[in-house]
Amino acid sequence: MIDQIREEARQRFREIGFPTTHDEDWRFTSVTPISRLVAQALSPAAPALLPAQVRGVEISKLSDAPPDLIEAHLARYASYQANAFVALNTANFQDGLFIRIPKGAVIEEPIELAIPSSANGHPTASHPRILIVAEPDSQATIIETYTGHGSAYFTNPVTEIVAGDHAVIDHYKLQTEGAHAFHVSTLQIQLGRDTNFRSHALSFGGALVRNDVNAVLSQGCECTLNGLYLAAGDQHIDNHTSIDHAKPHAASHELYKGILEGHSRAVFNGKILVRKDAQKTDAKQTNKNLVLSEDAVIDTKPELQILADDVRCTHGATIGQLDPEALFYLQSRGIGLADARNLLILAFARDIVDRIKVAPLREQLERILLEKLHAVRN
Amino acid sequence: MSLLEIKNLHANVAGREILKGIDLVIGAGEVHAIMGPNGSGKSTLAQVLSGRDLYQVTGGEVLYDGKDLLEMSPEDRAREGIFMAFQYPVEIPGVSNLYFLKAALNAIRKHQGLADLDAMDFLALVKERMALMEMDQSLLNRAVNTGFSGGEKKRNEIFQMAVLQPKLAILDETDSGLDIDALKTVAAGVNALRGPERAMIVVTHYQRLLNYIVPDYVHVLAEGRIVKSGGKELALELEESGYVGIEGLVSA
Repeated sequence: MIDQIREEARQRFREIGFPTTHDEDWRFTSVTPISRLVAQALSPAAPALLPAQVRGVEISKLSDAPPDLIEAHLARYASYQANAFVALNTANFQDGLFIRIPKGAVIEEPIELAIPSSANGHPTASHPRILIVAEPDSQATIIETYTGHGSAYFTNPVTEIVAGDHAVIDHYKLQTEGAHAFHVSTLQIQLGRDTNFRSHALSFGGALVRNDVNAVLSQGCECTLNGLYLAAGDQHIDNHTSIDHAKPHAASHELYKGILEGHSRAVFNGKILVRKDAQKTDAKQTNKNLVLSEDAVIDTKPELQILADDVRCTHGATIGQLDPEALFYLQSRGIGLADARNLLILAFARDIVDRIKVAPLREQLERILLEKLHAVRN
Repeated sequence: MSLLEIKNLHANVAGREILKGIDLVIGAGEVHAIMGPNGSGKSTLAQVLSGRDLYQVTGGEVLYDGKDLLEMSPEDRAREGIFMAFQYPVEIPGVSNLYFLKAALNAIRKHQGLADLDAMDFLALVKERMALMEMDQSLLNRAVNTGFSGGEKKRNEIFQMAVLQPKLAILDETDSGLDIDALKTVAAGVNALRGPERAMIVVTHYQRLLNYIVPDYVHVLAEGRIVKSGGKELALELEESGYVGIEGLVSA
């Protein structure tokens, strides 16, 4: 089964190849350095995915997973027909993880997935693959953590989440790849009726980063996509989201916040499709950026396609700097300029940070933010 | 030695001269009121002393504790004991009042060679000072000035002053926008902080505040200069005759 999908994906990739900046979805992000690296990359010695054990959750290698579930779900949502990187992953993933949250199970403990990468001189490419099946009425928190170090390497993860009716899922993706890393990720979310799904995409590392989060909503879903990115130096961080309101009475709330330093560049592209049947849709999209350097560039673009007539859809994007009045106020109380700046930058990120319900992760995020801000200033 | 010596201070904002030669000497523990009509330069003087970079000093000097104040960054001025109570305190969403105040106090303590105050001691100090200002403790966990009423903002300024214990406090129109009850509370807070170790510059348009914060000296500022100085009775004279007579004095 897996072999057949692999072969189809391999063929598809041969047909379409890597995207170019002539593709609308890749207009601001050139993947030429990635295609060059992939051409000479080796597979890493060890599989990148380290499975965790969490009570009440079935976690196994994809190759050991129940064939009927693989048949029903694997590569059924993340389209290797449409997306070259999904095709590349599907054709090449060495092994992946299968996670099943049984019907009605309420899993308190977060399911933590660590995905480390590295390269030592010679480039490596890995294609982590995760399939998460949350059965009806289940509840769980999933944390994917991408880390890495060393010379140039490429991580190309694809995660598919299938949430059954009434499931409640919190998904976190914390990305602190090494400075020379390329990271292209796809999170594909298929939501059943009345599900409540929250995604938090937290991007800090990597030289060239692209995240796609795609959600397909059923009736009565509540889908929240949060994002935070901090780009510095010559980093390029591109976030694309797509929300497909396929059925009525669903709500989506999207808030992505970006902090840009140095010569960095960031992209936000938020697609919302409200199909003809999706009456009473409530969709809200916001992208806010704090641009701290004259050399940093942000491209932000909403893409709304609304085919139903009884809906509420709003979107907004802002690009701003630190408030000089607020800076002075803090300084006038004895707080040094660098600390005052950091305080205001953290304040900008505060609402995203506060939405993280896993306390250790929230604290880790604050640490990462402070450390990175400190490194930028020194 | 005097705490603050302002000598022939000139300052511009956006290329326009606002301060045209201010001379003022303030001793430790003294309370000086600076009065004057709108546009006379009162707030500019306050802002220049606190180090706001919107204002360019074009001449003169300011000695604070014998040091060149104008050479110091805003944060160093604060660490050396200068506190400005703003006319319009800025709202800072995302930064809790408590966190902000702790960062400020510890920055000042560090400058003084003291260790950070531990969480318990800090909280005890803060609660004691809040009671002084009759402030609700819930304000501690709210973002700095965010969604505060005008009165809450002004109280929050004096509360910060009570925690940070400056040597020189500059109150910039602290009475503006306050009803009489709020004014009394703020004034009571200020009076509780008076002492031989703490000088104050009280900038105000109205004599009313000076009924509650009784100054040692009163100066009248008009068109960028101090045109008249006297004791607290000068404020009462102004109450009766208004600034019109004073402005006449300048042009004469």
